[in-house]
This record gives sequence, C-alpha cells and structure tokens, in this order.
Amino acid sequence: MDEVRPLLELTGATVRFGADAALDRVDFRLYPGEVHSLMGENGAGKSTLIKAITGALAMDEGELRLAGERVSFATPHEAQASGISTVYQEIELLPNLSVAENVFLGREPRRGGVVSRRLMRERAAAVLEDLGLTLDPASLLGTHSVAVQQLVAIARAISADVRVLVLDEPTSSLDLDEVAELFRVIRELKARGVAILFVSHFLDQVYELADRITVLRDGELVGEYLTGELLRIDLVQKMLGREIGEVRARGRVSEDDAEDGSAAVLRARGVSVAHGVAGADVDLAEGEVLGVAGLLGSGRTSLAHALTGVAHLESGVIRIESTDARLDSPRHAISLGVVYSSENRRRDGIVAELSVVDNITLALQSERGVFRRIPPARRRELAASWVDALDIRPPDLDRPVGTLSGGNQQKVLLARLLALSPRVLVLDEPTRGIDVGAKVEIQNLVSELADNGMSVVFISAELEEVLRVGDRVAVMRDGRIVETVAAADLTTDSLLALVAQPGEGED
Amino acid sequence: MTAVYKHRLFWPIVSLITLIAINAIARPQFIKITMRDGELYGPLISILRESAPLMLVALGMTIVIATRGIDLSVGATMAVSGAVALTIIDGSGDPGNLGTVLTACVVALLVSLVLGAWNGFLVSVVGIQPIIATLVLMLAGRGVALLITGGFITTVNSEPFAFIASGYLVALPFAFLIGVVAIVVMSLVERRTALGVLTEAVGINPEASRLAGVRSRSIIWGAYMVSGVLAGVAGLIYASNIRAADANAAGVFIELYAILAVVLGGTSLNGGKFSIAGTVVGVLIIQTLESSILFLGVSSAQSPVFFGFVVALVVVVQSPRMREGLAALSGRMRSRGPGARNDDKVEVA
Ligand SMILES: Nc1ncnc2c1ncn2[C@@H]1O[C@H](COP(=O)(O)OP(=O)(O)OP(=O)(O)O)[C@@H](O)[C@H]1O
Ligand SMILES: [Mg+2]
Repeated sequence: MDEVRPLLELTGATVRFGADAALDRVDFRLYPGEVHSLMGENGAGKSTLIKAITGALAMDEGELRLAGERVSFATPHEAQASGISTVYQEIELLPNLSVAENVFLGREPRRGGVVSRRLMRERAAAVLEDLGLTLDPASLLGTHSVAVQQLVAIARAISADVRVLVLDEPTSSLDLDEVAELFRVIRELKARGVAILFVSHFLDQVYELADRITVLRDGELVGEYLTGELLRIDLVQKMLGREIGEVRARGRVSEDDAEDGSAAVLRARGVSVAHGVAGADVDLAEGEVLGVAGLLGSGRTSLAHALTGVAHLESGVIRIESTDARLDSPRHAISLGVVYSSENRRRDGIVAELSVVDNITLALQSERGVFRRIPPARRRELAASWVDALDIRPPDLDRPVGTLSGGNQQKVLLARLLALSPRVLVLDEPTRGIDVGAKVEIQNLVSELADNGMSVVFISAELEEVLRVGDRVAVMRDGRIVETVAAADLTTDSLLALVAQPGEGED
Repeated sequence: MTAVYKHRLFWPIVSLITLIAINAIARPQFIKITMRDGELYGPLISILRESAPLMLVALGMTIVIATRGIDLSVGATMAVSGAVALTIIDGSGDPGNLGTVLTACVVALLVSLVLGAWNGFLVSVVGIQPIIATLVLMLAGRGVALLITGGFITTVNSEPFAFIASGYLVALPFAFLIGVVAIVVMSLVERRTALGVLTEAVGINPEASRLAGVRSRSIIWGAYMVSGVLAGVAGLIYASNIRAADANAAGVFIELYAILAVVLGGTSLNGGKFSIAGTVVGVLIIQTLESSILFLGVSSAQSPVFFGFVVALVVVVQSPRMREGLAALSGRMRSRGPGARNDDKVEVA
C-alpha cells in the first residue's frame, strides 16, 4: 500500500458543538479502489466525520487533502463538484419531485441548453436498473417506501462522476436482495478505482465488503485496521469499549396460549388497506411477540398501519381485549393501548426542534389532554427515568432531539411510546440504524416488556432479529400474511425461503 | 454576559431601545411622560395606546404561524367586526347606552369568531393551504363589511363605545390595557396548559404529532379562531378610535405588519417554536418606528422608504448569519485564535 497515495486524507479533524467535541483530532484516509468502513457506536461521530469531509459541517480544526492537495469545501455542492458523492444517513431528497428529478437535481441533463425531461427519465431509469430497481422515473418520490427512497439517493450519488463515494448507512432499510445489488455496484465502482467510505451497523456487511476499518469512539480515533486482521469480537470491543451485552433468554409464550384466540389481546380478521395489505388475520396474545417478516413492499408497514389506526381500513375488523374497535386515528388506538412506532423516524417520529423532554412526554401529554398539563418537575423526572433506562446519550434533557445521533433518536421515540404504558406495541424497524450494542439492548428490552405482559408486533428486515425476538413469525408476501409459524420451528434459512418464495408458488 | 447575548430576545430588545434612544436624542420630549388628571400622557404613552390593534392581531398571528399557517384575513375581519358593532349601535335607539354597546361588541366578536372558525375549517379539515384559505376571506371580507353597513361609512356618537380607544383606566389608556390582558391571558395559557408545546409540535412536524396522538386538527382550528377573535377586538378599537366603521380603511395592510412583528420577535415563518414576548417587542418596534416617522418629521412621501429601510436594517442585524458573525467577532476579541469556521462567517457578514 505504501506506494499508493491516499486519495482522500483527513488529519486532526475536530468538530465542536458548543463545549463538547463530536470529533476530536481524528485522522482518516481513503485509498483509491478500496472500501473503507467507519465503525462506532451511535453518536461516535461517524456522520459528523462524513459531514466534515463533504463540507456539510465546518471543521473547527484539521485539514483535508484530496489527491494530495489541500481542499476545504464550504458546501456539499463543492465537494460534489470535486467528485465526492455522498449519500447521507438521513435521506435528503425532495418527496414532492419525481424520482428522475431527484436523481439529477442540480445537474439535469440538457439537450441544446434546455433541460430534457425525456433524457432525464431515460438516464434515471438506467441508473436505477443498474441497482436492480424497476420503477417509473416520473412517479413522485414521496409515494415510495423508505427503502426505495434510499436506493434513489444511492442512484443519485453514483450517477455523477465519482472519485469518492461516501455511503452513510445506505443499507439500513434494504432487504437482502437490494443489498446484494448495491454491493455488486459498489464492487464495480471499486474495480474502477473509486474510493468508497461505507458506514453500517451490520457487521456481516462490513466484513463482506470492507478492506479496511477505522473505529471511532466518543469522537476519538481508536485505530485503523485491515478487515482480515480484526476479529469481530475485537471490533465490537473496540467500538463499545466493553463487551457486548448478553442476549436475554425469553420466557416464551407457550404455543397453545398463542394459538388460542380467546386469550388474544389484539385480534384482527380480514384486515385490508388500499394498496397495502389484503385480508390479514392477526392474533396477538398477552405477553407475546409476533415477528413480521417479508420483503420490501410485502405489506409489513401497511399491516402495522392497519392495526394502529394510522391507515383507514377498507375492510376487516379489529378487536382489542374482546371489544370491537373501529380505529379511526392513531389517537384512538393509543386510547385503547395500541401504539405504533414508525419506520421513518425523521419524518414520522421525532419532533426535531423540540427537546428530549418534550419529545418523550409528547404522547403522554396529548393523551391527558391540553388542559391537564404534566407539571414540569414530573415531566423531567419521567424523561430522566427513560433516558436512564434506555441509556440515551448524551443524557441531556434539554437538547433538541434533532441533534442526537440516529440511534439515540430511536430510543427517544421508544421512550415516548413506553411512557404510555401500552398493552400492544407495534414496532416498525425499531433497530434500524442502531449500533450492535444498542440493538441487543433494544431486543432485550422488547423481551423484557413481553415477559411483563406487553404484547408486541415486531417488524424487521433482519430475519435473525425477527427470529430472536419473536415467539411466532408472520410471513408476508404481496400484501398477505401467507403463514404464521412458531419461531422455534424456523431457522434463518428456512424463514428466508418462506419470505422470498416467488409468487407463482401460490397458484 | 454570553447568556444575555444569546437570548433570542436580545436583538429585538436592542433594536427597540436603539429606536427610542435615537428619538430621545433628536427630541428629548419624546421620552417625557406627564400626569394630567390622574392620566398619563406623552409620546411613549401614545405608542402604547396606538399599538393595541396591531398587538392583538400580531398575537393571534403568532399562534397561527406557530402551526405553520398564516392568516391574511385579519384586516378584513377587523372591518367586519367594526361594521357589525356600529350597525347595531347605530340601529338601536340609544347609542349612549352601555348595554347596547356591550351587546354590539359581543355580537361583533362572535361574528369574528365565526370568521376565524371558517378559516380554521378550510385549513384543518378541508386541507387548503393557509395562504389561500385565508386569502378568500381577505378578499371577500371587506365586501361583507360593506354589505353590513349598506355601503356607507357608519358613524356614531357613543360615549361608552368611544371609551374603548380613548378612555383611561388606572392612569393608563384602556386600549393598551386590553392588549395587556390579551398578552397575559395568552402567556398564562401557554405556561399553565400544554397548548404551547403541543402547538409547537404540530407546527414542527404535523405527521409525527398525529402519530403521537396529538389533536392536530383541533389545535390548528383553534389557532385560527383565536386569531379571528383578536382581530375582532382590534376592529372594535379601530372603529372606536375613528368613531366610525370604515370598511375600506379598517385594518388595511395590518396582516403584513402583524407578520413583520412576529418575525421581528424571532418566531420563524416555518412554524414551530414561537415567542409571545418576542411578538410584543416586535409590535413595539413597529409602532415606535411609525411614531418616529411623524415625530422626526420625515415627509409623508419619504416615510415608506424610511420605514422599509429601518425594517431591513433591523432584520439584517437579527439574521442568524449576522449574529454568528458578531458572536465570532466578540469571541475573537475575548480570546485569540479563532477557528477557521468563524473566519469564513465574518467575511460573509
Ligand atoms: N447539530 C448538532 N448539534 C449538537 N450536537 C450534535 C449535532 N449533530 C451531532 N451532534 C452530536 O455529535 C455526536 C456525534 O454524532 P454523529 O451523528 O456523528 O454520530 P454517528 O456516529 O453518526 O451515530 P449514528 O450511528 O447514531 O448515526 C453526537 O453526540 C451528537 O449528539
Ligand atoms: Mg450517523
């Protein structure tokens, strides 16, 4: 490696927010033709380092060299012009524009000086095709799922002339197939000499793809390692600075209990939502965790919406604790003890500019009503107890939630819902973007809640996780629940086979 | 020092004090307050009295803007409110009767409430964009007021009604006290109930709020109703001041001044975080500026330009860019060795 010079070199990078440093004198280098993974817990400073490179954030100290020359980008746009393409962790696209417009925003293909929409659509379709995605480039971006939006963001990044490709958790909402397509594209780019910075909390993906790994902890550099020379267990140890928590054993609900509809806390029959789920039956017993597995677009999120009053039911009935409920709003569902946590935490979850206290107490306060304000001291006490219980970092109650790292925002959302002491918790991708340590914590938390009698619907694209947490697993395909199987009878492979079975098999 | 400096009201208050100081230096009697028959008089007292209609309208506007909305119909609502009140007083046999005047005011405010509710309905239930929804009433409202007064400028001679704008209570102008009551009530509601934080949540992220069970629809609807009623009160003060209902002149452009006051007070037009105290300061800045134009003898031809220039100046001084620049500058004076980042900002500023 010595004769090759780094394409991108960051030295002594420091970024401060107020008094605390999110990044403290970190060195980082990226060689052409390599995939380099940046690893660290939630809040370690990965996204901050990326933003410092692309000019989205100004560095307080440190310098950046691109191909040996000192550069400093005032805006991400300048970085883009120098060949650094970035997919940020929080998708920054415009939902009210078309897919094609999003892919080419700011560099629309022209013909004779005039923006050519046709050319734009054709090229967008080609790039998306390359990622294994066929969809109408003229459709509005906002009408697609988070996963598709994530792929569009990636298409946008690779459609430019790229020398350095920066991907901040690009796979957090993708399924195995899409990940495979993405990896194929990344390998192609790598073979062309593109330098790739890849951030992910999925160790499997990192070990599959990365040549080298740089570890950050609390904004400081721990070290740079060759992937082949770093054992997983050591990597985790370096990231967390401690051993990973034990996976908690679940006191599983006995099968008879779960099957016996009479004990159901929540029971849905023939539930349908337009363009989402059709005729779904769900039985959820007290203290049971029902995992939901399915591919992209299989209707997982629609099912969650149907059960929690978020979406309007076209047909079907939902019965909560032996009374029929026509859920007409999330508020109504909450009043019956059924709460929902969205997969899209930024858009449908956090209230970014409000503080941690305000966010945690938001749902509880609205449930009590406007005029029965929770006294400030009580609010803080409540929020502090959840910050402590879920280990939200930094434990600063007054910080706007938008400035927390992704994983910690997720925990704040969970705290908001748990503060309602719900009977049924519907979690849509609750561990998306959460680091290995916190992921185990959240899985354990779910198990613990279930052991204490809470019923949980747990949706995740990660099959291992669904199996680990779920008592039973509902397998979804094309908007239908095709099977519900006891988790004990499944392996990751057999579940994958069920989930991915092609539609023809049903005929 | 730094804490005061960073407070969101720091710059608005500095602007206000500067304006008053400039006036006082130009003509010292500007800050003179005299007591006559137990009532206070002086340019500053006049500013407080005259600011009342704008104060009320801007308070309502603050809440509406916090929900990500805007209410362009406030001026028209003022016109309708004045028209209703004066038509009732005029039509009664006894304009000087306190009961008649009270009835007229209550009916006018109820009508204003209905107008606000109409706006709120269009925005929160039908889902029309606020600027369009309230534009409807902004354009149609004055027509309604003209219908009510039969196309005339209704004038009345009613002692109790005139009291609203020109009366005094405990040495202070009654109109000013109405404004104070509105400020106090709104601050109390914001502090003592959860309405403040829930309104902010709805303004910042409506969908997340809905999923968290917040009654977004009621909150938005309520905001327009509050705005309607406050505009109604402002309309009464305006009509009382000129002792007439002039549908074409009442509250003309007040929606723009109200929006300006809200922004000067540090509330973002993007909705969310709002500051009632900020709006109060914003209103006082605008009213002081208007008075200084008269007081300093700026010719009427030049006064719009003068007004615009000063407002531009105040807005620029308060802009985040400028503030960061100033903060960086003062940081540099305190300690050597500024970061590269601050350097850039100073250049921009
Ligand atoms: N705008 C901001 N204001 C204040 N603090 C911030 C801001 N943005 C980030 N931080 C802080 O900087 C630290 C690093 O955050 P960063 O987003 O880089 O973490 P991360 O490693 O990307 O985490 P994750 O895995 O959760 O995405 C965190 O403590 C975060 O709270
Ligand atoms: Mg990050």
